[in-house]
Amino acid sequence: MHHLRTALLGVCLLSPLGAHAYSVYVSSEKDNSITVVDGETLEVRQVVPVGQRPRGIALSKDGESLYVCTSDEDHIEVLDLKSLKVDHTLPSGPDPELLALGPQGRFLYVANEDDNMVTVVDVDKRTKVIEIQVGVEPEGMGVSPDGKWLVNTSETTNMAHFIDLSTHEVVGNVLVDQRPRVAQFTPDSRQVWVSSEIGGTVSVIDVAKREKVHVITFAIPGMRKELIQPVGIRITDDGSRAFIALGPAARVAVVDTKTFEVEKYLLVGQRVWNLAFAPDQSRMFTTNGVSNDMSVVDMERLKVLKSIPVGRLPWGVVVGP
Amino acid sequence: MSARAYLRCLLGILVREALRFLHQRERFFGALVRPLVWLFIFAAGFRSILGVSIIPPYETYILYEEYIVPGLVAMILLFSGMQSSLSMVYDREMGSMRLLMISPFPRWYLLFCKLIAGALVAILQVYLFLAIAWFWEVRPPPIGYLLALPALLLASLMLGALGLFLSSVIRQLENFAGIMNFVIFPMFFASSALYPLWRIRDSSLLLYEICRFNPFTWAVELIRFALYARVDWLSLAGVALALAVFLGAALLGYDPGRGMLKRRPGG
Repeated sequence: MHHLRTALLGVCLLSPLGAHAYSVYVSSEKDNSITVVDGETLEVRQVVPVGQRPRGIALSKDGESLYVCTSDEDHIEVLDLKSLKVDHTLPSGPDPELLALGPQGRFLYVANEDDNMVTVVDVDKRTKVIEIQVGVEPEGMGVSPDGKWLVNTSETTNMAHFIDLSTHEVVGNVLVDQRPRVAQFTPDSRQVWVSSEIGGTVSVIDVAKREKVHVITFAIPGMRKELIQPVGIRITDDGSRAFIALGPAARVAVVDTKTFEVEKYLLVGQRVWNLAFAPDQSRMFTTNGVSNDMSVVDMERLKVLKSIPVGRLPWGVVVGP
Repeated sequence: MSARAYLRCLLGILVREALRFLHQRERFFGALVRPLVWLFIFAAGFRSILGVSIIPPYETYILYEEYIVPGLVAMILLFSGMQSSLSMVYDREMGSMRLLMISPFPRWYLLFCKLIAGALVAILQVYLFLAIAWFWEVRPPPIGYLLALPALLLASLMLGALGLFLSSVIRQLENFAGIMNFVIFPMFFASSALYPLWRIRDSSLLLYEICRFNPFTWAVELIRFALYARVDWLSLAGVALALAVFLGAALLGYDPGRGMLKRRPGG
């Protein structure tokens, strides 16, 4: 027995599983906290208090800190992931909701819902670089992996605004369905996928031509169409599959990126909002705003493994060290 | 008598039960149609009714189909238990029961063999049903299918013992239909087979308490937990206790000295 245990321990230490332990960070809009969950054991490790109404979160390039849009504080808090304390704040403009980090990790792009601006923040100098005027109620933020483009969506104007990152100017707009929420580039930077919450669709936009190449629609048997509200989008690193959170439908759609067909709907908690992948892309985590939990999906078998409570109104989710 | 003789007796009864099942294939498949109708039609209508709360043994949200499968499995066992006791009443009327009872083996052993034989046929039906449910995307963890076996056996024996006891107090086949209505339906509906008990508590506390102490609820929960590789100790204890009580009552009922089977007018 003892030998067996020693042998097992040896296997655990040698296996890459042990080495790749990671954490899942979930912002809880109502509890004003970030819940830290162990990615392997799925146990809540710590609940970290932050400022009022934390929503969008992003990991720093070096993986050592977490940028948190504390919407009602009108700034961004930078959480040190070693000490799990708020280290400093960044200026953001009023009511920051969603943010995206540029590929170099130096500039943070923040949507300010209240004043129709996108604010560019230098995280090293901790200053605002520029404010870019966009449509009414800016929301979704997507930076292309090649660093050339920022796509911002505006909820009321129903547009995806293409911002050239070398000049910080809006160079084009693409009309999408009602209430666009999230913009997500494919890994090759050739397409950007935009979800429309009220429209119930996801528009696939060709970046070079800046026009829609496909509009994905969803149908779940026995589910009213109004309940299908696409929000969070994540595309796998190999670009083969997209996962789309469908809000009050309590489902995540699994979409083949070649055919744009929905392969499967995964049942998760109520009002599923945002998604994050594990570093090895074996698991996916979803924030479920109404049922106050996070569902864990086995990405290979496309099966929901577990749902764990993570504080009230979970909103953003990010995987980090 | 040697253990060998006992074994031969068990085998004899098993073979007889197996033959009956072979001769009445309609009954076997007929018993499958009932839960399948519930699964394919009833569950489809209530698909989105669940998914608002996570209750053990489930670890995440499930569709209604997935929730009722253990309940339907228990339904197969319940109907099968009642039906095998129905056949006991029939046997008694036809006289073949007397033939069995005059064998030199103790009465309790003969009755227990009948129970085991009935249980095995029912469990066969259950696995066939679970196989069909698998294609309907109700897929408990693979190990659950194995771990469910002892739970199925215990629950099946308990429900069979209940049927045995009922058959001992019934004089004629005609009365049996009434008992079916007064036993099967209340037991099935006042249980956690079709809806989680917290839902019932929301509407009636009294009904909730009745459901909680329904042996059929224990059977359903025992099977539900076992299918998801967990043990519900409370239900396990409940099923074991109910088995002991029903079996004891059935033995009393079939004891000629005590008289429920004693010669009665018309009996």
